[in-house]
Amino acid sequence: MSLHITLATAGRILRQLRHDRRTVALLLVVPALLLALLYFMYDGSGATFDRVALIMLGIFPFVIMFLVTSIAMLRERTTGTLERLLTTPLGKLDLLFGYGLAFGLAAALQGALATGAAYWLLGLQTTGSAGLVVLIAVVNAVLGVALGLFCSAFARTEFQAVQFLPVVVVPQILLCGLFVPREQMVGWLEGISNALPLTYAVEALAQVGISADPTSTMWRDLVVVAGAAVIALVLAAATLRRRTP
Amino acid sequence: MDNAVEVRDLVVERGKRTVLHGISCDIPAGQVTGLLGPSGSGKTTLIRAVVGVQIVRSGTVMVLGRPAGSAPLRRELGYVTQAPSVYADLSVRENARYFAALRGLGATEADRAITDVGLAQACNQLVGNLSGGQRSRASLACALIGHPKLLVLDEPTVGQDPVLRADLWARFHELAAGGTTLLVSSHVMDEAGRCDRLLLVREGRLIGDDTPAAIRARSGTDDLEEAFLRLIRQLDEVAA
Repeated sequence: MSLHITLATAGRILRQLRHDRRTVALLLVVPALLLALLYFMYDGSGATFDRVALIMLGIFPFVIMFLVTSIAMLRERTTGTLERLLTTPLGKLDLLFGYGLAFGLAAALQGALATGAAYWLLGLQTTGSAGLVVLIAVVNAVLGVALGLFCSAFARTEFQAVQFLPVVVVPQILLCGLFVPREQMVGWLEGISNALPLTYAVEALAQVGISADPTSTMWRDLVVVAGAAVIALVLAAATLRRRTP
Repeated sequence: MDNAVEVRDLVVERGKRTVLHGISCDIPAGQVTGLLGPSGSGKTTLIRAVVGVQIVRSGTVMVLGRPAGSAPLRRELGYVTQAPSVYADLSVRENARYFAALRGLGATEADRAITDVGLAQACNQLVGNLSGGQRSRASLACALIGHPKLLVLDEPTVGQDPVLRADLWARFHELAAGGTTLLVSSHVMDEAGRCDRLLLVREGRLIGDDTPAAIRARSGTDDLEEAFLRLIRQLDEVAA
């Protein structure tokens, strides 16, 4: 691995993003608009809005970065740039961490905007600080990037890549405790829920909702999510082969 | 003379099909070697084996004295795939600078490579907005950066206008004169005459490995396309 090459790769990915103004606009504006939708849905019910919006601030970056990354990586494979990159001094982890870094930065910007809109425009209230919400959102985005990089190895076409969203992302959203409290689920469902990284991100956000200072549960959850992201990146590296049939 | 590439008994299978049936050949250093053959003959597979991205069934490929694909070779190799493998959503210059950065080189080298392929005027355009010929030259520029010892170019002149094609071939020979080894594939026989040496491939087998002059002499015609046809007929007669 080389820091220089990793940074050059992250810079290249951000430059690609910058040329695609529509994607940038969608990335930055859509989460805030969806939160506004929630605000009007839960009109007059401040407590429910606070609970759901807080969790959504973690789920949006996860879903969006998963999608963006799996398509971006698939493009590297189908246009031949990946094959070419693998004949250069670039290491596999340079490429994967480059993606993590670039989309992590994009997620930081996205998270700051969405969180700012939620607190200032939509009156979101949490006991803990908004800065922690952004931090959790960014770690979640990196998890989305890592899973997207991993899953793109199993897709040959963009149609297939998009299908991984319902397979990999939706179950995590269903089982994370947003719809049904996890302790009310049957044992085996709760067991599955315990094994899914998004569960921990949602729990960390809930901790920010109820506690003024960061709790040890929140830090533990954040470490679990970050650890899951690193494992997914390493698995993604294992699926990147320099030699192909 | 030293060989930059030595291929021995190379067998490649893709799925259940054997794509290369035990090819052996040498690519001399400091020359332009043309890899000629119809589409589907195994040219790209042989090229992929040389750059070290092809899983091979058996046989060896040595590049600059090392097994193809080994890590130190990645600094010595410039590779242009058949489809222009550059980022369509970056400008020519941004592409070149990225590929320069991968080799630890700066903007000067990137800009020089862009000028070398005649894209200086278009350097701020997005690759996606360029014509097909310009796009493949942008891809070529990224391979030229940092003076690789071995340049492997898969059909680099497709879609170029005749004047540019002549310029590119002149550039290839300049590079060879400077010590670079070039392996250039083409399915257009009129480009065969521009090579120092030819490898003729058909259906995964090498049917000619010689200088253009020697191939002309052996087949008794000046037209290389006709020479290729006569070689095939001779082989078919032997087989029959």
